[in-house]
Amino acid sequence: MADRPTTLLAELTHRCPLRCPYCSNPLELVRAERELDTDDWKRVLDEARALGVLQLGLSGGEPLVRKDLEEVAAHARRLDLYTTLVTSGLGLTRARAERLRDAGLEHVQVSFQDTDAAAAERIAGIGATRQKLAAVALVKELGFAFSVNVVLHRQNLDRIEEIIAMAGELGADRLELANTQYYGWGLRNRDWLMPTREQLERAEAIVAAARTRWRGRMQMIYVAPDYHETWPKGCYGGWGRHYIVVTPDGRALPCHGATGIPSLEFTSVRDRPLAWIWEESPAFRAFRGEAWMKDPCRGCERRAVDFGGCRCQAHALTGDAANADPVCHKSPHHHVIEAAVAAAHDAPVRYREAAPA
Amino acid sequence: MTATPATVPALWRLARLGFDPVRARPVLLYPEGAVLLNDTGRAVLELADGRRTVGEIAGILGARYGADVLADVIEYLDELEQRELVRYG
Repeated sequence: MADRPTTLLAELTHRCPLRCPYCSNPLELVRAERELDTDDWKRVLDEARALGVLQLGLSGGEPLVRKDLEEVAAHARRLDLYTTLVTSGLGLTRARAERLRDAGLEHVQVSFQDTDAAAAERIAGIGATRQKLAAVALVKELGFAFSVNVVLHRQNLDRIEEIIAMAGELGADRLELANTQYYGWGLRNRDWLMPTREQLERAEAIVAAARTRWRGRMQMIYVAPDYHETWPKGCYGGWGRHYIVVTPDGRALPCHGATGIPSLEFTSVRDRPLAWIWEESPAFRAFRGEAWMKDPCRGCERRAVDFGGCRCQAHALTGDAANADPVCHKSPHHHVIEAAVAAAHDAPVRYREAAPA
Repeated sequence: MTATPATVPALWRLARLGFDPVRARPVLLYPEGAVLLNDTGRAVLELADGRRTVGEIAGILGARYGADVLADVIEYLDELEQRELVRYG
């Protein structure tokens, strides 16, 4: 029997004005003409809510590219979902921000790439700081709950102190500091993005001190970089246990990286109800529970803690999604992680491509 | 932090109460998280409005349940404060 999911990440589009080299979208981006329409998304939200989903992320790409974002947000509010708009801030005009407020959207998370405009432009591939600051001003003025998200990596980690100060000055209720995860575009640019252990140790000490200093004013979330850990991350609390991603063209996934596992076939919400996909589809059942585990996961005392780590990472780095995540020091493939950490350098960066129209 | 009867608790600005019809449970929702509540938990959090003291909340619930609930209310709120879902003023 499957657990009930709690969270739906709705990737409304892969279109995005930014070209960040760590983008979590897949290398093969969904074309605009293949995107689900408004009624499809409303039905997906209905089905998700009936399945037990409480949390909704409206994400992308840049979700503001979708003209029907307000309508989708209003539908989510009618279902009493707690909804977060995950945005770069680009495209958030006053008119749209007011319509989103009237639609009942509660929480807006704005990404920042770095503290100074030139460094941020080097990451995003375009200059966007002025537009982001204007978006934040609207978010604050209209009273949304407000998070700042910064993806951390080799190129900005040394400015962690300044990044935290910036989020504080922007008036964030919540700051998400997420070390890069190496999937899709991030894996392509791994050498350029990978921090050194010294960078991380310094940054983590600063984050720990800041967390205490900001407590009660700005909540700080820190996502550790798993390559430098001893044990793997308990990816999304286990495969097919809490989390559903729906891609712009309607494929339902257990996590946003799952399309990287070519042996799995992901059913579209156009073809089957979400409940069937969650409970019955082979892809969602593939790594649910423990029956699929091999050594050293099978019999490991941490198998119910981290579930063998990330299936997508196991596939990407060992060629078999049922292997232990090689981040685990018990994995026979752990050397590939150590080699990747050692290989980090300022290699040429490859920007994310634009989604084809 | 540990509450005293004079502490004034309030939900975090980003958290709100809801009801989950699927699990038939009250729920505390916040960015990227949810806590399933029981009816007592909901009763405490409904009263934690940033105006009442912990002592007043325990008084109201104590009268409702016919028992001294101060220690339980403090323990419950402290745990949520620890998770930054409740703020003490």
